[in-house]
Amino acid sequence: MTDVSASAHASFRPSMLIYDRRYRSLTFQVIVFILVMAALWWLIGNTISNLNAMGKSFDFGFLFQRAGYDISGTPIPYTGNDSHLRATVVGLLNTLIVSILGCIAATILGVAVGVARLSKNWLFARLMTVYVEIFRNIPLLLWILVIYAVFTEILPAPNAYRGDDPAWSMILFDHVALTNRYTAIPTLGMDNDPGSLDLGARVTVNWATIAFVVALVGGWFVRRAINAHAQKVQDRTGVRPATLWKNLAVMILPSLFLIWYFGLHLLPPALKGFNFTGGLNITNSLVVLWLALTLYTAAFIAEIVRAGILAVSRGQSEAAFALGLRPKRTMNLVILPQALRVIIPPLISQYLNLTKNSSLAIAVGYMDLRGTLGGTTLNQTGRELEAIVLMMLIYLTLSLIISAGMNVFNSRVKLKER
Amino acid sequence: MSDTHAETVSFVRDTMLPSAPPPATQAGAVHWLRENLFAGPINTVLTIIGALIIWFLFSHYWDWFAHSVWNANSLSECRQIILETWGEGARGACFAVIRERWNQYVFGFYPPELYWRPTMAAGLLIVALVPVLFSSSLTIRRAVLAITAVVTLACMVALGSPAIWLGFTAVVMAGAIFASERNLSWLLPFSMLYPLMMIWFLWGGSAWGPIFILAGPVLGWVAWRLLAGRAPMIAVLAGILVTLLFWLFLSGPAAEDAQRLLPMGIEAVRSDRFGGFLLSVTIGVAGIAMSLPLGIVLALSRQSDMFLIKSLSVVFIEFIRGVPLITLLFVASLLLNYFLPPGTNFDIILRVIIMVTIFAAAYMAEVIRGGLAALPRGQYEAADALGLDYWKAQRLIILPQALKISIPGIVSTFIGMFKDTTLVTFVGLYDPLKSMSDAVRASIEWKGIYWEPYIFVGAIFFIICFAMSRYSMYLERRLQRDHK
Repeated sequence: MTDVSASAHASFRPSMLIYDRRYRSLTFQVIVFILVMAALWWLIGNTISNLNAMGKSFDFGFLFQRAGYDISGTPIPYTGNDSHLRATVVGLLNTLIVSILGCIAATILGVAVGVARLSKNWLFARLMTVYVEIFRNIPLLLWILVIYAVFTEILPAPNAYRGDDPAWSMILFDHVALTNRYTAIPTLGMDNDPGSLDLGARVTVNWATIAFVVALVGGWFVRRAINAHAQKVQDRTGVRPATLWKNLAVMILPSLFLIWYFGLHLLPPALKGFNFTGGLNITNSLVVLWLALTLYTAAFIAEIVRAGILAVSRGQSEAAFALGLRPKRTMNLVILPQALRVIIPPLISQYLNLTKNSSLAIAVGYMDLRGTLGGTTLNQTGRELEAIVLMMLIYLTLSLIISAGMNVFNSRVKLKER
Repeated sequence: MSDTHAETVSFVRDTMLPSAPPPATQAGAVHWLRENLFAGPINTVLTIIGALIIWFLFSHYWDWFAHSVWNANSLSECRQIILETWGEGARGACFAVIRERWNQYVFGFYPPELYWRPTMAAGLLIVALVPVLFSSSLTIRRAVLAITAVVTLACMVALGSPAIWLGFTAVVMAGAIFASERNLSWLLPFSMLYPLMMIWFLWGGSAWGPIFILAGPVLGWVAWRLLAGRAPMIAVLAGILVTLLFWLFLSGPAAEDAQRLLPMGIEAVRSDRFGGFLLSVTIGVAGIAMSLPLGIVLALSRQSDMFLIKSLSVVFIEFIRGVPLITLLFVASLLLNYFLPPGTNFDIILRVIIMVTIFAAAYMAEVIRGGLAALPRGQYEAADALGLDYWKAQRLIILPQALKISIPGIVSTFIGMFKDTTLVTFVGLYDPLKSMSDAVRASIEWKGIYWEPYIFVGAIFFIICFAMSRYSMYLERRLQRDHK
């Protein structure tokens, strides 16, 4: 044994690059590096010669040219005279809108269904199982197309709501009208409009919105301070002061005050001429995409929630009851922290999936990032390479941001082991 | 003793009473109802809500289903039949579209006189899968093989298959049944060869192409054999190198020359004739077959000690997982022309298969990495302690356990990938869901038919995906080694 290692130290033979475990990995990595570099060199060389042959160049200057196409449903002001860059931003915002709305709704529905599947009620649990299995095993594209067909084929034109005895009537106390082109929902009106803050590039934010955000964020911080104080008192005296009413007041009262101060009220849509006006007409492609993404993802989230709750063994809640904890505290202190550790990571990947699946907007003509940058802009400018590379980079950044943010959250709820 | 008793107690029972039936509220249907449907106010409310949902669905859609028409040649004829049978104002489903457009949904635009070829390929696919899927149960194997043989041969006869291929299929089926009874491992070579056979059956063309592709690994094996005695490591490298070089530079021209000398082959079918479920299943099967090995390799690279290998696979996996499949499909359809030498133009279905495969492989890698991470550290240490080298340890100790842990994740990745095959509609291929249904609606006879095609396609996808998830549960139970 000593002889072998001594001889290995003494002389280096080329065959050791393969047969000696100390060098083998190095050799292997060098070979792989060379191969990868060769492949990249080949691909880039091909791309350059292909671009030259087609008389094209690789630059993103086209983003600053006039777009010249209209987008229905824009979150920021946009006209055909704006640049492709602004169209891209509009598309990105549309992607974000449908993703965020979808994530919120899918979480609510998914948690509800997941808990309902565990319910002792035989009928309801079976119904929820049927829902989950049907939505999980059929492609999302089918749900988008089916819901789109429901909206375009079954729902009426706006004028079906006309007259004293209309064929269709508005739902939710005459606040929402479903038509085959758009869904009319109420918008917010203000008696006391404080004006808007100009962010530049024709993007404005109403001061009232800012006030609400400040009130909510401030309320959240005050609430944290109240709870920290309650914890301190509890540690010192053993009695926890009542915090529920204080917390509710801190979270709700400032918003109520702002609603009163700005004179906020709902403006329901009303049929004028051929269309609904007064409210907000949301294009059906957004509603359809949002509904389909929500229903589809909620089925997956339901399974995740169910698995997470089942993963906490019965002994845990029994032990908590034996210690004399009440059901609510058992849930908050024992069950949820352990269930969340199982639930959060797959939940994050469902959010990522939903965001990526929102690119199926192509099926209903919703102008998301793929519809603007990867669709009309690509076709008009003929810059496939730049448009698709940029689109992939934007999606990639979005995914990385979501997973980074969620990982931070995850590391906070994670059970701290030794 | 008995005297004292006789004085103090008037009666002593000396036999057991027969057990009485439980109270009416504690047994039977009443008990079950109270326990499962009406166990408290919330539970009762849930039952009522559930019953209302079922009643709503039933009352709104039952007449539509009950009035369905299965035999008509156009939507207007359908409506006529419904009107005549069920009277004014009745509505009904027109599933006749499925019957009338069945071939289009199943085979796309594949030449009708060659329908027997995909049918044969599907039958042989099941034969090839049997030794992998049902290796432990002779009963299931027998049933599956028998049903497959009968159905495939009957369909091939009905579709007008030439006698020679009918005979070939019959021989393979008989051989498979024989092998399954005697020694299942005899079927494995067929399973290994099947992918190449499937490609040839579906696309057709010269038989020399697949033969020369097969010759690559054979030559590689010869090279390995010649060198193995002297330098095992170099022999492996030489074998791989010979195979790759043969494929890259020799197999194509050689196949053309051989075809010129001795023409041999079946009618070629272009990729744009593929469509419907034939397309979905082709892409799905190819993607499943290739994404699992690729995913294992990626997962192992990500766990590797070698920095370069690890970072390359991390970048690859995270990049693929970070972008939607649609963008990758657009890369396949629009950008590959930029990346390849001028004049290269390879098949769109092949491009899509490659993209779907690497997409699924990235997800697979993460699933398997979870399985690898879940293995106790002691398993790795035990493998080292036994003196196994890296590949032996992976093959004999680590991967069997890690893959077993990750079965549910692997199968849901497969299911996701199979569902994602519908997205090929956006690069101009005829998937059964959107393009094919649009094509059906574009004809005069079936203009305006929405629900029936969607229900049909959805039902087929549901059956396949649900079967896959049930199979994964069966497999998990079968591989259960610990006590539960």
